[in-house]
Amino acid sequence: MRLHAPENTVTFTFDGRKIKGVPGEPVSAALLANDIKLVARSFKYHRPRGVMSAGSEEQNALVTIGHGAQAEPNVRATTLEVSEGLEVSSQNAWPSLRYDMMAVNDLASPFLAAGFYYKTFMWPRSFWEKLYEPVIRRAAGLGALSGETNPDTYEKAFAFCDVLVIGAGPAGLMAALTAGRAGADVIIADEDTAMGGRLLREQEQVDGKPGADWVAAALAELDALPNVRRMTRTTVTGAYDQGTYGALERIAGPRVPGKPLECFWRIVAKRAILCAGALERPIAFPNNDRPGIMMASAVRAYVNRWGVAPGTRVAIFGNNDDAHRTARDLVAAGIKVAALIDSRDDADVEGDFPIYTGAKVIATKGRHALQSITIRHNGGTRVIRTDCLAMSGGWNPTVHLTCHMNGRPTWREDIASFVPTPESIPGMVTAGACNGTFSTAACLAEGAKAAVEVAGGLGLKPEVTVPAADDASYAITPLWAVPGKGRKWIDFQNDVHVKDIKLAAQENFRSVEHMKRYTTQGMAPDQGKSSNVVALAVLADATGRGIPETGTTTFRPPYVPVSIAAMGAGSQGKGFAPERFTTSHRASIARDAPMIEAGLWYRPSYFPQKGETHWQQSCDREVGYVRNAVGVCDVSTLGKIDIQGPDAAALLDFVYTNTFSTLKVGRVRYGLMLREDGHVMDDGTTARLGEQHFVMTTTTAAAGLVMRHLEFVLQVLRPDLDAKVISVTEQWAQFAVAGPQARALLNTVLDQELDDESWPFMACGEVGVAGVPGRLFRISFSGEHAYEVAVPSRYGESLFRMLTAQAEVMGGGPYGMEALNVLRIEKGFITHAEIHGRTTAFDIGMARMISTKKDCIGKASAARPGLLGESRQQLVGLRGKGRDHALTAGAHLFETQAAETRVNSQGYTTSVCFSPTLETHLALGFLENGRARHGEVIKLRDHLRDITEEVEVCDPVFFDPTGGRARG
Amino acid sequence: MGYSGFRVIKEGLFGQTGWKPVWRDPEPKAEYDAIIIGGGGHGLSTAFYLAKEHGMTNIAVLEKGYIGGGNVGRNTTIVRANYFLPGNSEFYSHSLKMWEGMEQELNYNVMHSQRGLINLFHSDGQRDAFARRGNAMINQGDDAILLDRDGVREHLPYLDFDNIRFPIYGGLYHPRGGTARHDAVAWGYARGADQRGVDIIQNCEVTGIDIEGGVVKGVQTTRGAIKAKKVGIVVAGRSGQVAAMAGMRLPIESHVLQAFVTEGLKPVIDHVVSFGMGHFYISQSDKGGLVFGGDIDFYSSYAARGNLPMKEHVMDAAMTLMPMIGKAKVLRSWGGIMDMTPDGSPIIDKTPTEGLFIDCGWCYGGFKAVPGSGFSFAHLMATGNHHDAAAKFRLDRFRSGVGLMDEEGTGSQHNLH
Amino acid sequence: MRIICPNCGERDRREFYYQGDALALDRPAEDAGLEAWDDYLHNRDNPAGDTRDLWFHEAGCGAWLVVERNTMTHAVHKATLAEKVKA
Repeated sequence: MRLHAPENTVTFTFDGRKIKGVPGEPVSAALLANDIKLVARSFKYHRPRGVMSAGSEEQNALVTIGHGAQAEPNVRATTLEVSEGLEVSSQNAWPSLRYDMMAVNDLASPFLAAGFYYKTFMWPRSFWEKLYEPVIRRAAGLGALSGETNPDTYEKAFAFCDVLVIGAGPAGLMAALTAGRAGADVIIADEDTAMGGRLLREQEQVDGKPGADWVAAALAELDALPNVRRMTRTTVTGAYDQGTYGALERIAGPRVPGKPLECFWRIVAKRAILCAGALERPIAFPNNDRPGIMMASAVRAYVNRWGVAPGTRVAIFGNNDDAHRTARDLVAAGIKVAALIDSRDDADVEGDFPIYTGAKVIATKGRHALQSITIRHNGGTRVIRTDCLAMSGGWNPTVHLTCHMNGRPTWREDIASFVPTPESIPGMVTAGACNGTFSTAACLAEGAKAAVEVAGGLGLKPEVTVPAADDASYAITPLWAVPGKGRKWIDFQNDVHVKDIKLAAQENFRSVEHMKRYTTQGMAPDQGKSSNVVALAVLADATGRGIPETGTTTFRPPYVPVSIAAMGAGSQGKGFAPERFTTSHRASIARDAPMIEAGLWYRPSYFPQKGETHWQQSCDREVGYVRNAVGVCDVSTLGKIDIQGPDAAALLDFVYTNTFSTLKVGRVRYGLMLREDGHVMDDGTTARLGEQHFVMTTTTAAAGLVMRHLEFVLQVLRPDLDAKVISVTEQWAQFAVAGPQARALLNTVLDQELDDESWPFMACGEVGVAGVPGRLFRISFSGEHAYEVAVPSRYGESLFRMLTAQAEVMGGGPYGMEALNVLRIEKGFITHAEIHGRTTAFDIGMARMISTKKDCIGKASAARPGLLGESRQQLVGLRGKGRDHALTAGAHLFETQAAETRVNSQGYTTSVCFSPTLETHLALGFLENGRARHGEVIKLRDHLRDITEEVEVCDPVFFDPTGGRARG
Repeated sequence: MGYSGFRVIKEGLFGQTGWKPVWRDPEPKAEYDAIIIGGGGHGLSTAFYLAKEHGMTNIAVLEKGYIGGGNVGRNTTIVRANYFLPGNSEFYSHSLKMWEGMEQELNYNVMHSQRGLINLFHSDGQRDAFARRGNAMINQGDDAILLDRDGVREHLPYLDFDNIRFPIYGGLYHPRGGTARHDAVAWGYARGADQRGVDIIQNCEVTGIDIEGGVVKGVQTTRGAIKAKKVGIVVAGRSGQVAAMAGMRLPIESHVLQAFVTEGLKPVIDHVVSFGMGHFYISQSDKGGLVFGGDIDFYSSYAARGNLPMKEHVMDAAMTLMPMIGKAKVLRSWGGIMDMTPDGSPIIDKTPTEGLFIDCGWCYGGFKAVPGSGFSFAHLMATGNHHDAAAKFRLDRFRSGVGLMDEEGTGSQHNLH
Repeated sequence: MRIICPNCGERDRREFYYQGDALALDRPAEDAGLEAWDDYLHNRDNPAGDTRDLWFHEAGCGAWLVVERNTMTHAVHKATLAEKVKA
């Protein structure tokens, strides 16, 4: 029921029913205004449930909004703003919220006690996956994901400040004002749609005016300060190291395509002031979960802030002074107070309504909405007709963030609550209700004091003026659970009641962590925000310990649930990793080349031509270009590292197994690089362009790794070496020109003709390329007469187009990754398929490349007994039995008669291809003692693809073993 | 006291009053035949198998906090046998077989669910590496199926097959892989061990190991000295500190691994799925929460909590792989302390001190190893000989380089496995 | 986690690559023997408390740093250029 006729309304739907709401209010307020009490079903027993709170701690009123791909489950109706056309649905009920078949679980509840599932469903064994588990899974869960691709936009952002104020109630506003006035760079964040905290929800006076008016003035002042940023709808979700905080912002306003729904902030603050307030806790009494039973503070919030009466005859049940203001506010709003029940014998209450001190609620009635309660008073019982019960078991300070870095809260007996332990988070101070300070006057004073402390630490000297405000006292006598029969709910979301906790204790799940895990107490979406303290008080009682001795479970981030889309914003689709494009990318696309991922790069797989229906045809043709005419391939993705300095050669001698100081200027050498543990890290060629100037190439995959490694060697291991390294991978576009016609092709673009004498195999130097200064390397990854020509990247695309056009004139053309792979397998050249991190120089037949004349990275470890010897699997070639006998990579190798089991496996294949040159299938692989077994026929077995082939073990160099073609 | 559906119904009728403590809380005795340091999954299963397989019942498990409070209670619950290197292959195969009979062996429902695990691959190179792995699994007698892209789509239609940064080429499907209820494993072993006479002693921190003349004599604890002829160290992330009490320096660096759970959702992910281009793995618990994780935070840590960069990376991977997950909300994130070794594989071995044994180095794959590790470690402690299934988990392999099991191929840097 | 790079000032952890214990600074001689190399490559004090380890400011200035920090609290005490530590 609304207390005043609203000025504006919007219409939304709840389970299809049209509901009028007032802009700015939460859905929960609109539902209560329309007398909708039943809004949800509980998790386990599907009990009818209504709105319980007025904030993010809501346990019951979880709903789904939207439909189809935009459907969002498990949204708290208490923080969801009403908007025109909003579609709200109840969840976890079938066929309808009112008639939910799964409520049968509630009838069976005597058999479904805490942990019952650990004791049954074990026979017969196969029934778990087939029967029990599917039934349990279908019954469990709350809302449902649509299963469709997320259609909405989310964002991530960074922010930096001097002071982060978390929470904008009286303490937070006062802290922000004080720090802001002193000139600190302040961010104040609050999860509510409006700042003010309790001053918007309670009837309080500040500075001689209503709290809400003081708030408006404070916000106006904050907005006028250029050094203060206000973030509403922003929940600080976690505290992390060195002043880093996570925060989730729900973006205000209507849903517009492309506009983010949420933003996940990483806020880095020099100091933080936690003013997160406190949460009211329920009392466990029989059937305390009926729709209409709410927190007393929530009742006041709906009445005072949103003008909604949650009931027409409201009863109040509490154990502390603070509950009394509920009666006062209800009376002021003209709502009938059916009874005020205070569990304390000595409670001092006055009012023009029935008052029962020393009384307790012992029963409630009303299946879908509360109808009456029964109280025990003066030794007798009395039934009170009511449609809303406001309960207050006292307040739990919101200590969560102070515990995110392993801090544990401290028990305070006088308020029967945990409060933050000081200095739990470096740089954070706490103020106000989250500190166990409950009066408005004291909150304002603490907020100001915290700001002074924090600003002082930043070298600022704030002036303090604290306005006068209400200074009500707070007295409480703990009442956790009311004795008597019936289920007394503690964790409403997971349906945990007092008996469950006692059963846990009975079965020796006495540690609070065991109790939690056994009963699932506090593991629901609210993470026990309201209920955990009650639960551990019941556990303490059941185990005969005190509450501090019992302790709390661990508070973990996030404080409120955070959507994966927000924390993973930007990564959907292609955003997950950067995309790197070579200069020839467009030209390759123009030739219809399928582009494949190579690390972060894209490279052409092959260049299809008319009439080709299978990649193998294109690949075979491209291999033919290189073997018979000339092919052109973009190799710019290989890492290029420029190395200069007096000790450049010494650096190379140290990182490569072989020697580079003896390399002549104008020559290139193949180098093998080990990790310090003796296994192969990478290989590649390094060119000496000058006495003190080298250019190293790495594999595409290891470019970053090698760069880091070189810096490690120079800065950590050998700072005595005077050399510098820098990556020039992106500065140079580089193309392989390979084949018998390679020189002829290059001579059409080079400023000076090449000849064999000045450009022998493994020569390098600077050249003019169509008038552009470039570099030329006579190296070959195909075994053919070949070069790699490099030009500054801006000329890359032109050069690629020139080279490929000219190659076509000469009977060749571009070749892609597939052909490149065939060419290198035919020659037995290795890639990371072979040097996969477990292979040694010995394994790949390069042990002799480890120079005996000098130390190098990995040398000592490579000599370990386990890294050498016959038992190791060594690189071999494997030749198939012809065109129709395809081989597969990842197959295992066996002696021909051996059973195909682990103990008999002697190796595996790493790379395979069909060689159009040799007209058979080839494989590279590793085989136990393989080098000694050339000529032997063995069995290749691929279980996964059901392939068994006999293959002949041979040298890995299948083609042109003397290397004459590359030199010629 | 046996557990059964019949008992559950009977207790339901009589107010649950008949259930007894799942394990006792005895006072520590002055002396035991053997002491297990560490009441986690591995420690409790070791005690259970010492009692069950070797008749050693005068033994104690010493736990500094509450049992099952370490990694067994904070992992992503995945159970699988999809290793490919000798040593790991036979061990995890053995362990998975033990999982398949665990409920009956323990008379405790650990909810072992063989829902199938799919490792996705995103390039030809990855496919080849997974093919080698899958073939090794079949060589070992386990199950593996190589799925192409369409095969993956049949199982996991909700993945992004059209717009993902690293396209899905296929997956290696391991039907016997799955999940289990992690806490229940600890409690089930504790109950089984307790029933066989093992003393499980909580809140009892070991502060020293007594060694005389190279022979272990017992331990010092916060609850007094306890003598023992044999002592087994099974303390995961804390291995370095406990081994130091015996003068050992281990090839272990402790790192934080985070894990995440969402709010409860109706069934949407039916398998265990792992992404191949960035560490990300996910399954849905029987309660409905999506349970997922990624890589370690990469810096050494005992804080059992992590930072935002890795959290975000995990969410990033989730969004690129399965963008239908976006509106699921993370409820809780936590961290465990991982004992990372230089080859990513574990250690079950004797130590230079006679009677002192160690079981550690499970990196972040220890949960699935719980039965196999306890069984093998019990065998070693009881008989002095390595069990065949765990014979290669030697401590000296790093020094010699013999029998390294570097599944990731990333070398001796601890945090890269 | 944030680290104060001596070159760049305070930066987020995500700019850095972590390698491991700073004992990597003290590389044994080639012939130091299996034991010494085992200690260098594999065995670790692995302290629960203050530690010294190596970080690389990969997405920043490219400096290798020796960082002194605490593995229990994640407090970062100090970062020094590795080349200065060695020299």
